[in-house]
Amino acid sequence: MSKASPEIISTYKQDSSALTLKWLGKPLKPKEDYRLVRGRGMFVDDVQLPRMAYAAFARSPYAHAKIKGIDVSRAASVPGVLLIWTGEDLKKRMRPLPQATPPPARNAIDYPLAVDKVRFQGEPVAMVVAESRYAAEDAASQIDVDYEPLPVVVDAEKALEPGAPLVHDEVGTNLIAHVHYKWGDVDYYFQHADMVVEGKFHYHRFTGAPLEPNAVVADYDERADIMTVYCNNQAPMEWLPQLSAGLNMPYPKVRVVTRDIGGGFGTKLVNYVYMVLASLASKELRRPVKYVETRTENLQAAAHNAERTCYVSAAVQRDGTVLAIRMKCLDDDGAYARHEPAGMTVWAQVSTGMYRIRALENDFYAVFTNKCPSTSIRGFSRAPHLFMIERMMDRIARKLGMDPAEIRMRNLVRPEDMPYMTPSGGLYDSGNWPEGLRKALEAADYQGWRRKQEELRRQGRIIGIGVVVGSDSAGPNMAQVKMYNPGLPYTSGTEGALVQMTPDGKVRVTLGTSPQGMGHETTAAQVVADVLDVDYDDIYVQTGFDSFTSVYTMHSGTYGSRFAPLGLSAVYLAAARLKEKLAKISAYVLNCPGGDVVIEGGKAYCRADPQRSTDLKRIARIAYGNVNEMPPGMEPGLYSIAIFRPPFQNPDENKRANLALTYSYNVHVVVVEIDPETGMPRILNYVALEDSGRIVNPLVVDGQVHGAVAHGLAEALYEKYHYDENGNLLNSNFVDYLAPTALEVPSISVLHTETPSPFTPTGAKGMGEGGGTAVQAVISAVEDALAPLGGELEESHADPEVILRILKGTSS
Amino acid sequence: MSEIGAQELMHVRVKVNGQWYEADVEPRTLLIDMLRDVLGFTGPHIGCDTGHCGACTVIMNGRSVKSCMVLAVQADGSEIMTVEGLEKDGKLHPLQEAFWENHALQCGYCTPGQLMSAYFLLSRNPNPSEEEIRKGIEGNLCRCTGYVNIVKAIKAAAQKMADAKMS
Repeated sequence: MSKASPEIISTYKQDSSALTLKWLGKPLKPKEDYRLVRGRGMFVDDVQLPRMAYAAFARSPYAHAKIKGIDVSRAASVPGVLLIWTGEDLKKRMRPLPQATPPPARNAIDYPLAVDKVRFQGEPVAMVVAESRYAAEDAASQIDVDYEPLPVVVDAEKALEPGAPLVHDEVGTNLIAHVHYKWGDVDYYFQHADMVVEGKFHYHRFTGAPLEPNAVVADYDERADIMTVYCNNQAPMEWLPQLSAGLNMPYPKVRVVTRDIGGGFGTKLVNYVYMVLASLASKELRRPVKYVETRTENLQAAAHNAERTCYVSAAVQRDGTVLAIRMKCLDDDGAYARHEPAGMTVWAQVSTGMYRIRALENDFYAVFTNKCPSTSIRGFSRAPHLFMIERMMDRIARKLGMDPAEIRMRNLVRPEDMPYMTPSGGLYDSGNWPEGLRKALEAADYQGWRRKQEELRRQGRIIGIGVVVGSDSAGPNMAQVKMYNPGLPYTSGTEGALVQMTPDGKVRVTLGTSPQGMGHETTAAQVVADVLDVDYDDIYVQTGFDSFTSVYTMHSGTYGSRFAPLGLSAVYLAAARLKEKLAKISAYVLNCPGGDVVIEGGKAYCRADPQRSTDLKRIARIAYGNVNEMPPGMEPGLYSIAIFRPPFQNPDENKRANLALTYSYNVHVVVVEIDPETGMPRILNYVALEDSGRIVNPLVVDGQVHGAVAHGLAEALYEKYHYDENGNLLNSNFVDYLAPTALEVPSISVLHTETPSPFTPTGAKGMGEGGGTAVQAVISAVEDALAPLGGELEESHADPEVILRILKGTSS
Repeated sequence: MSEIGAQELMHVRVKVNGQWYEADVEPRTLLIDMLRDVLGFTGPHIGCDTGHCGACTVIMNGRSVKSCMVLAVQADGSEIMTVEGLEKDGKLHPLQEAFWENHALQCGYCTPGQLMSAYFLLSRNPNPSEEEIRKGIEGNLCRCTGYVNIVKAIKAAAQKMADAKMS
């Protein structure tokens, strides 16, 4: 609501004095790419172990049905079958998955295999493990389940009506959680504003659809009594408690490993159900067990985003100043609360967008329906929040006859207000947002396109221009879940790293994260090279995560755009500490006057006498072997472990808190043309401006922007899940789901402003998810094209049918 | 019960990346499964079960094929090239170099298929336009890059290969 207080700013401010800025910002060729262009990545399905067995699943064809009986006899007679488990078998072996929801939703009983009834189409009903993948699938197809179909609920609003079918009978309601937050004097602004503008919006259901499906290999080693789980989970430490409990094995006996992961986009946060099943089966069979999802299983049953419906009103002044927002929202979280309802509060503070909006009220509900469980798909939570506010901005602009760029310019947080505190206690760290908007408009030739739009309209062509702003709020404060369940013992957002100079003078780095193509090996090496001032090629970053060797916290993982703000900060701290130790040993070895030594270019020399120098390799040898040459009393070795802890706090009694460490900024300007025959929009021009703080590697950053734009475009124009009224998913393969090809995604111009974050030591901000800005931009452009016809879009998906109805004047 | 389960094995002989291999496989074994699970060529990946994603693309007798849409027995006697066959004498193929230099990949899962489709495209059309490149990789989904840098890299590789020919 105003510039943050000096006390808060000083709490968050980070020291960056160890940076040399010699390696940051360079487009160094990504370390990961070398093995991947050679086809030498190590993905879970590439793991081949002796005596490995394979799992397959029988899944429910119904969205809601009672399981009256399961006959596995035909399946059991398929040659090569080793094990068949139903929900009943599983119940004897594990406790239900823990629920993070408040009561009564926490009474829901969630097993990785359906017990008593199925709650969404594609829910696993039985697991087969066999000698080969082919045999396992043969047998899974022979499992006979006697279902009694039950009434289905697929609409979130209907799910709350009295008498609606209950997804979880033991909960007694379909309500998962309700939270109400009110920040600032909302009532005052609504009473005194010049006008109130209203809208209803729907954020549709889609998924991330990484090209590599969920996969796991569980390998129980009876001799060592160690369970190794090779997985592609994005945050395996979040699920280690479940695994450990399910297997009744302590953490030091459960080794969770990720290597290369073929994309995640949030979908791979919840694949722990397969990790649990494969591990239990491996222990039972005393053989490694592999499971790899098929694409249909992935699209149907892995993870979707939560759909959101919002009723929004805005208190607005005639000059375009938006004073306050009031919303009532409803999230459709699907059949189980395996990750959601987190989205109802996560990054709630960006509901006021990038603007100086003074007050916000939101009455938020999350419900169960008979659809695939939901999780955090790329752009999670901030995307739908920002969708609502950006759609409102367009509507307000039209009401006032203002240009959509102008209304944004008027309301944007100003650079002099940075770091800026939002009504909810969010702390926007840095940026010159009006400048970024101007720059993007210029690069996109916005005024030129506006003129062209008029000309082309006269020729009967339907052109629309979208201009939106957004943020990828990044590096989450997990305490935000306390807003809907104050009892959850899960707060802050931390990450670990190890930086070790090995005795040969090379540098080994391990990370707590489980990247899926975000270039962590590259950017971590750049930060280490920069701090230690050693060569990038001398730095070796371990691929992926290994709970036996990586430094972790319970937050560890790759989600929430958290590597740049949290992971790289840990890397920086570990490298800076290592550098201090190297300096101390070097000063002693070189006998520098006053102990004043400079570390530079892989060498150390005395500041007063640069002739007295040594390479760091010698120092490393001394630290591990020739220890008598070290300063007396100093501990040998060059291991440096750091865990970065942001100064996050729990939400206060008014649910105010800063919920992310950094807030990158983006402006997207897009021009679309609508085909009057088909109603299909086509992109004519796409400009994306990004300010993600200090750019560590422009190749990596631009790549993330491209990817986020492509996902957003796809969601707005192509990808939308269609469920019928019986809960049948109608598009569960890549063709029906309309995953776009190179012919659909246009070329994208990316430009930057670069305002380092004062709250991270590297100055970098998280930016990988992109905040869903592309969805907003495309919908904004389509609506702009339809505006002369009075057409407004309710949804985040520009359905050609809806567009055609507007074009033909037949929309209701 | 007779139609379910393993069937009599068949002998298949394929030349992969210049070397002959033989194996006994079930008639229903997909070429991708034989390449990956039997012969150990894990470069090509499986990204779908319907032939849409292209992650499993390899060159078979000079043409790009989705190896999940070919039975291993159909490939009997064929010459196959996978991503592992692109390097020559420890040197990256210009396409691989260009993909690396242009960061034409993120997670790398689609990359082996993209590379082989691009290889096939350039073998037919050494100087493709952007539109032709996009058409050439239409059968290869990428969920990370928005194809921006892939298109750029294929263009750069074509240039590199043309330059190499002239020098």
